[in-house]
Amino acid sequence: MSKLNSNIPAGELTQKWTKYKSSVPLVNPANKRSLEVIVVGSGLAGASAAATLAEMGYKVKCFCFQDSPRRAHSIAAQGGINAAKNYQNDGDSTYRLFYDTIKGGDYRAREANVHRLAEVSANIIDQCVAQGVPLAREYGGLLDNRSFGGTQVQRTFYAAGQTGQQLLLGAYSALERQVGMGKVQMYTRHEMLDVVVIDGKARGIIARNLITGELERHFGHAVVLGTGGYGNVFYLSTNAMGSNVTAAWKVHKKGAFFANPCYTQIHPTCIPVSGDHQSKLTLMSESLRNDGRIWVPKKKDDTRKASDIPEDERDYYLERRYPAFGNLVPRDVASRAAKERCDAGYGVGASKLAVYLDFKANTERYGRIEASKAGNHNPDKETCMRLGTAVIKEKYGNLFDMYAQITGENPYETPMRIYPAVHYTMGGVWVDYDLMTTIPGLYCTGEANFSDHGANRLGASALMQGLADGYFVLPYTIGSYLSKEIATKPIPTDHPAFVEAENEVKATIDKFLSINGTKSVDHFHKRLGHIMWEKCGMARNKEGLTQAIQEIQDLRREFWADVKVPGSADEFNPELEKAHRVADFIELGELMCKDALNREESCGGHFREEHQTEEGEAKRDDENYAYVAAWEYKGVSEFELHKEELIYENIKVAQRNYK
Amino acid sequence: MSTGNMNLTLQVWRQKNSKSAGKLVDYKLSDISPDMSFLEMFDVLNEQLINKGEEPVVFDHDCREGICGMCSMFINGQPHGPKDLVTTCQLHMRSFNDGDTIVVEPWRAKAFPVIKDLAVDRSAFDRIIASGGFVSVNTGNAQDANALPIPKIQADAAFEAAACIGCGACVATCKNASAMLFVSAKVSQLALLPQGQPERYRRVQSMVAQMDEEGFGNCTNTGACEAECPKGISLENIARMNRDYFSAKFISEEEV
Repeated sequence: MSKLNSNIPAGELTQKWTKYKSSVPLVNPANKRSLEVIVVGSGLAGASAAATLAEMGYKVKCFCFQDSPRRAHSIAAQGGINAAKNYQNDGDSTYRLFYDTIKGGDYRAREANVHRLAEVSANIIDQCVAQGVPLAREYGGLLDNRSFGGTQVQRTFYAAGQTGQQLLLGAYSALERQVGMGKVQMYTRHEMLDVVVIDGKARGIIARNLITGELERHFGHAVVLGTGGYGNVFYLSTNAMGSNVTAAWKVHKKGAFFANPCYTQIHPTCIPVSGDHQSKLTLMSESLRNDGRIWVPKKKDDTRKASDIPEDERDYYLERRYPAFGNLVPRDVASRAAKERCDAGYGVGASKLAVYLDFKANTERYGRIEASKAGNHNPDKETCMRLGTAVIKEKYGNLFDMYAQITGENPYETPMRIYPAVHYTMGGVWVDYDLMTTIPGLYCTGEANFSDHGANRLGASALMQGLADGYFVLPYTIGSYLSKEIATKPIPTDHPAFVEAENEVKATIDKFLSINGTKSVDHFHKRLGHIMWEKCGMARNKEGLTQAIQEIQDLRREFWADVKVPGSADEFNPELEKAHRVADFIELGELMCKDALNREESCGGHFREEHQTEEGEAKRDDENYAYVAAWEYKGVSEFELHKEELIYENIKVAQRNYK
Repeated sequence: MSTGNMNLTLQVWRQKNSKSAGKLVDYKLSDISPDMSFLEMFDVLNEQLINKGEEPVVFDHDCREGICGMCSMFINGQPHGPKDLVTTCQLHMRSFNDGDTIVVEPWRAKAFPVIKDLAVDRSAFDRIIASGGFVSVNTGNAQDANALPIPKIQADAAFEAAACIGCGACVATCKNASAMLFVSAKVSQLALLPQGQPERYRRVQSMVAQMDEEGFGNCTNTGACEAECPKGISLENIARMNRDYFSAKFISEEEV
């Protein structure tokens, strides 16, 4: 534990952040104007940080690989954002949001960080509404809330099924306002390919202009990453095609520790894979589990149509196994249960890797209520279905349309087929309470860091964390570092460290283009994804992980000998961009397997088959594994483990039970 | 389960960079599955081109679930292809027939110069937002969110305007390459909300001025933008923007 200091302020949990804010050193306005901050990424975490830092007076440069900061993948979040407002008067509080998040994370997150997150959650909603974000409202004009998994209160704010889009456009408009005022310089279609470290401190980045191919050197007194998660290591995931680990991996290789890489969230309700051509997976919002019942046939390899299978030949396995929570068990539990049924031979559809999500029972129930409202107390089945379909359409119409568009099937008539898919990564770059990595002056925010969700993230908490970090946490904590940097003059980018970093990047690019092998980048990405999904996916075991490490090492060697990257370095070349990303995913994949192998317990999204109860539930080992696994890069395939012990002073650690 | 049985001829716009001339190039594709998305069909084409030692087709795309607004193909004369209310990434090959010839071009507008093949530069949209598409509120200045009740009907209307994904299909389909639907969606969202009132008239003037400066054409009310918008943004927004713009000329004391 030598090198890890989480820098959690002393004092009582509820007072830590308040005290921190009033004692953190300040930077006066004149000095702020001469301090430069680089923000990489323009999603919720990056855009909110860049905008806020510029408002405070810092000189900001913001980078994104997309053609506009508005396209970052935060935009695709559907369900909502949690905040402890207690607008519904249902007993919510900062403490309850804190407690639910720690418990949902299966007791593998830091108390102090999570409490701070819960504290600032209410400010986020205020800020977004002030920006003109059109969150859903009730007829009285006040904000509406809905329920999400893992909680007993209604604290989720939303904008139809497009909450992420609306919040991101709010942050984007704040960012563009600063761009218009000349306080943020925006670099779109730029990809960070290395961090520059001088005398042990982060002092800039090397970025590639994706249009011209030119490598650029940028100085900053501090560097902030808000570069998102690494779910695309599995090839197929709900992430955007461009989502990648490259920025995070480059800083890891320069000295930033990477924490809990094996914690990945597999979301239970996604549209199943339809064929080898598939490039990405699409989520069907968790909210569907409120009205959909999940089942498979009781008979193995049943090829009948869903509608031909009578009620008593259906196995509603979640209701059977978890009578108390039924179809609303947390994501990790629901995902594993679906896999278990499919592996046992009860899956449906052409691939047999799917289960039914059936709205018929609730459609009929809603129809009966509607008929009753209209005075018909004995409606026939057809009337019920007709009236009920209208209710379902109002609640979930956009999702049903999306399902129909992708699968070509009508979900109002036949049950949806769903299967779990990679959705979010709880692991990421290790940060202390200030969100600073193990490289001084280098910060990491949002999904890219590891900090707040432990081993499993609750629904509607990702948007909360991204905006908390960017609007309300980092802008304060970065002052602690920058207040000591006011005497540092901008370092000219002809400094040897910049030159060396650029040369390394250039050498890598030249290498990619010179291999001229026989297989495309995607070919290797698909094979990596297959290894990861089969052996480091929903269920893991020692044998599989050991094999996976070997297979990934072999794949890495083959990649560097036989990949084919067409085109040249000095042009818009998406294949070259992908080559960087896949090369990094391969190295990350190996570390994920090593982390999963090291963690001899099951917790949250990490399920080791050797560690389960008699009923097949996850079995934690708090005695030996109540720590954050932070890995230090030591060279190719070599990583050293550092442990940050997790101490629970305010919450009693318990086994989760959903029966 | 992977391969299908559709045979297609693609005519794809190939252009090396913004300075060189482009042309349509024919490609034959076979065994395409009707379950593929349009972009997955392009993935297949690109894989074949790479294996043959040719340069793959460059196109913009990212989320592939219809929300990021990055994909931008002009398919058989329509932005995002033949289906209503979907983006290119959500268009599937079952919307086409075996044996079809499909023409694929980039967005065409003076303000959206081609970068390479099917990718264009839409940074003009960012500059329009930067000129005024926001509420000037710094972080930390906000009052309690429920201190400002907003009638649901108004909030819903603002949301509908805010659903714009900034893809630029409206510009691509307009014979004048006008950006009025895009600009008016943002103007409307904020004009419909109380938070947007203090800067309402200043905003509309700045954004329209920037729109003109970027080289977008004017609106002649053909309605093609609304018909082709993948998110169903209404033409009413343009009417609202015009009203605000003319009002601003009378009301506003500020020169923008």
